[in-house]
Amino acid sequence: MPDEVKLNDMDSLNWVGTRPARPDGVDKVTGKARFGADLSLPGMLHGRVLRSPHAHAILKSIDTSKAEALPGVKAVVTRDDFNDMPSEFVPAGEMMVNYRDIVRNVMAREKVLYDGHAVAAVAATSASIARKALKLIEVDYEVLPHVIDVEEAMKPEAPLLHDDLFTVGVEPAPKKPSNIAKVVEFKLGDVEKGFGEADIIVERTFNTAPVHQGYIEPHACVASVNADGLAELWVTTQGHYVVRGHCARMLGMDISKLKVTASEIGGGFGGKTVVYLEPVALALSNKSGAPVKMVMSREEVFRASGPTSGARVYVKVGAKSDGTITAGHCELKYQAGAFQGSPVQPGAMCAFAPYDLENVDVIGYDVVSNRPKVAAYRAPGAPISEFGVECVIDEIAKKIGMDPLDIRMKNAAKEGTQAAYGPKFGPIGMISSLEQAKAHDHYSAPLGENQGRGVASGFWFNIGGETCVTMNVNEDGTVALLTGTPDIGGSRASLSMMAAEELGIDVDKVRPMIADTASLPYTFLTGGSRATFAGTTAIIHASKDAIDKMRARAAQFWDVSIDEVVWENGEARPASTNVGDFDPLSIEDIAKLANSTGGPISGRAEINVQGAGPSIGTHIVDVEVDKETGRVEILRYTVLQDAGKAVHPSYVEGQFQGGAVQGIGWALNEEYIYDDNGRLENAGFLDYRIPVASDVPMIDTVIVEVPNPVHPYGVRGVGETPIVPPMAAINAAIEQATGIRFTELPMSPPKVLKALDEAAASGGDD
Amino acid sequence: MPKIHVTTTINGDATEYLCEPEQTLLDVLRDELNLTGSKEGCSSGDCGACSVMVDGRLVCSCLVMGAEAEGREVETIEGMADGEALHPLQQKFIDHAALQCGVCTPGILVAAKALLEQNDDPTETEVRYWLAGNLCRCTGYDKIIRAVLDTAAEIRGA
Ligand code: FES
Ligand code: FES
Repeated sequence: MPDEVKLNDMDSLNWVGTRPARPDGVDKVTGKARFGADLSLPGMLHGRVLRSPHAHAILKSIDTSKAEALPGVKAVVTRDDFNDMPSEFVPAGEMMVNYRDIVRNVMAREKVLYDGHAVAAVAATSASIARKALKLIEVDYEVLPHVIDVEEAMKPEAPLLHDDLFTVGVEPAPKKPSNIAKVVEFKLGDVEKGFGEADIIVERTFNTAPVHQGYIEPHACVASVNADGLAELWVTTQGHYVVRGHCARMLGMDISKLKVTASEIGGGFGGKTVVYLEPVALALSNKSGAPVKMVMSREEVFRASGPTSGARVYVKVGAKSDGTITAGHCELKYQAGAFQGSPVQPGAMCAFAPYDLENVDVIGYDVVSNRPKVAAYRAPGAPISEFGVECVIDEIAKKIGMDPLDIRMKNAAKEGTQAAYGPKFGPIGMISSLEQAKAHDHYSAPLGENQGRGVASGFWFNIGGETCVTMNVNEDGTVALLTGTPDIGGSRASLSMMAAEELGIDVDKVRPMIADTASLPYTFLTGGSRATFAGTTAIIHASKDAIDKMRARAAQFWDVSIDEVVWENGEARPASTNVGDFDPLSIEDIAKLANSTGGPISGRAEINVQGAGPSIGTHIVDVEVDKETGRVEILRYTVLQDAGKAVHPSYVEGQFQGGAVQGIGWALNEEYIYDDNGRLENAGFLDYRIPVASDVPMIDTVIVEVPNPVHPYGVRGVGETPIVPPMAAINAAIEQATGIRFTELPMSPPKVLKALDEAAASGGDD
Repeated sequence: MPKIHVTTTINGDATEYLCEPEQTLLDVLRDELNLTGSKEGCSSGDCGACSVMVDGRLVCSCLVMGAEAEGREVETIEGMADGEALHPLQQKFIDHAALQCGVCTPGILVAAKALLEQNDDPTETEVRYWLAGNLCRCTGYDKIIRAVLDTAAEIRGA
């Protein structure tokens, strides 16, 4: 654990905690901001991908000769244009990816493994010629039996996706390959003993559907490779350094040869932490000698980019009649898609994390099937496991006649709690969020007929990681702030506020920019709710560096020692009257003196940030169930979550609101639907229905602030936790409105109606 | 297939272009005229990121053919501000933090402006239903709706 730091005096802050206009606001409301698909280069070609119509097939041959002969076609690439890669895991956001698998996901090799799997790509002088060329590519497939469902895929007789996949994490190691890539287990205490002490035990099995991140901007990039091997890539991504690393590896380039620039990014939520089009565009550009632009259609986004796992979740919880939980057990089976690497590990770690329990046993299975490879989605893995656990805790509270907030309070994790997955918690916000939920007027507001109220809590770790910042003091004393984390939700605002706070200058004097990969050392991606936490930590270090240099310049100018100069309110001042009678030197003054005192000035930080504090939240939701249609309407919604310290409260609230509404979609509507041939049936926004403005009410927010002791301002990541509680909170609210406890997501109108009809037919509630 | 010659007006400026018969108005705006403020989120009329006005009517430009703009008046996000002066909606979106990634923002602003031009006193429900064709995945809509209602109040001088 990193050392605790002295917390800043929160009463004397100028910028942190205020709500200035974001620096990229005007660009974005005028349409000037340039996103992934908005760049065009002279002589640019248009690239498109041919995708498999089969869920599982051997790729016997690919004949591209007719496509190559079409006038206007400048390059075609297939598996033959990419080298095979050894099995090696590297981090992508909170998940790990394997190069052997990335190269196969980017372009199918021996087999196609899902509907939409890339088989070939062309670059042509126009998009319409590229589309025509795709139709001329002849692919000979030998169709194989496929498997979509996670439990089907686990059966010994299931169609095998990879004949070299042997389950890791079991003893003895299996001799036969299977679709189970990995088994993980976290244990604390003795669950058998715990269940023995319980007065009540509830066990349930839940199914959750795979859901897509649903960013409105499809994947897009422009690649340009020169004859000398120097290359540039413009891309919408959560991490351009990560993209650079993956592409350089896959194309056998030196990292220095590839410069990657992150465009403005139109949403990611974890889904833009991996590569799909980028290596293909580089390969096409290399082959054709011209820049190549590639943009996915919405259909391609659904069929071929990562949703998160669907899963089967078995939960068993035992409690005493006073609500004390004596044991928790959970079995998680997560779909990984066509290649291993579902978020089952973080799912297993988070399952019981909001609680202080003595006996916990969580086991998780990472299972491949003929679906697109999953990618991270906001708190990857946690919403699935915590959904099951929260539903069962709610049911226990009902059965013993306890308030659902009280049972959580009784078992809440707190400072010093030993988590089943390893650490002892520092100060965390579970109890504060519950207390504020209980005190909120939402919790005691009256409910009408067919209405119900539910609550649930959620936990996410958050991360730190490699983070670099350069702060250039310009000739006029303004500041250029270079960071390396793409800004998806307004982080440039928070980062410039922190720089202004530390330097003691106006926020308007700070111009934040996302540097390209050649302009700042390696910086890990925007993910794990780290951009503001890690970014502000690095800015605090960089500011100190800049301030020390400016103090040194003032000392030189006054001919005193640096110890005799302090930095206060954006000025260098003599440390005491004994030092001498000098007028303070502002940052402008020092900038003007820079050349005569040694040259330009900058502050830098290149660090691996540690100590991200977990964030816990509690949600309250009211629903009304339409007994005629089965439609569940969200009437009122309140999010109460620990932010440690909100740097820009508007964007913290925005994270709470956006996460909650994504969770509402997960709870009520979103799912992947496959036909009998393993083809995705709802690859568009018409049939994959994300919440629209008329589906939801205002989302009230309460920012709880339990400072993170390793950050000088107490900042925690906030972006992911808000998607964790909604599914269980809505489940509990529906149960209160109808008496029916659903165990399957989404709780869509047809399913709700069917359950209501069945309950009516059996003449009572369950 | 020969290209089609189109004469039209875009954001008040007389404009001519050549387009392929299969190109949508969105394709033309983005790829031929370099007006990339209108976004493509789906190309099927389901997300509203490509919203523009054609002869005063709010449309998804991905559902209009480029050739159909002949003789019409097209307004896009690029024409919304008056020089340096932002439209009140644009300013309120910044003030209310009504955007996170901002990719839905141009379409939502164009659609919201169309609403306020015909109804300067909409209820929250009316704003929500009017904007139901404009998907936003980041914000949960709360701050967007507040920004539109606040702009309406300001326009009314309330
Ligand atoms: S791109 Fe036109 S509605 Fe989505
Ligand atoms: S702000 Fe990102 S989609 Fe609306």
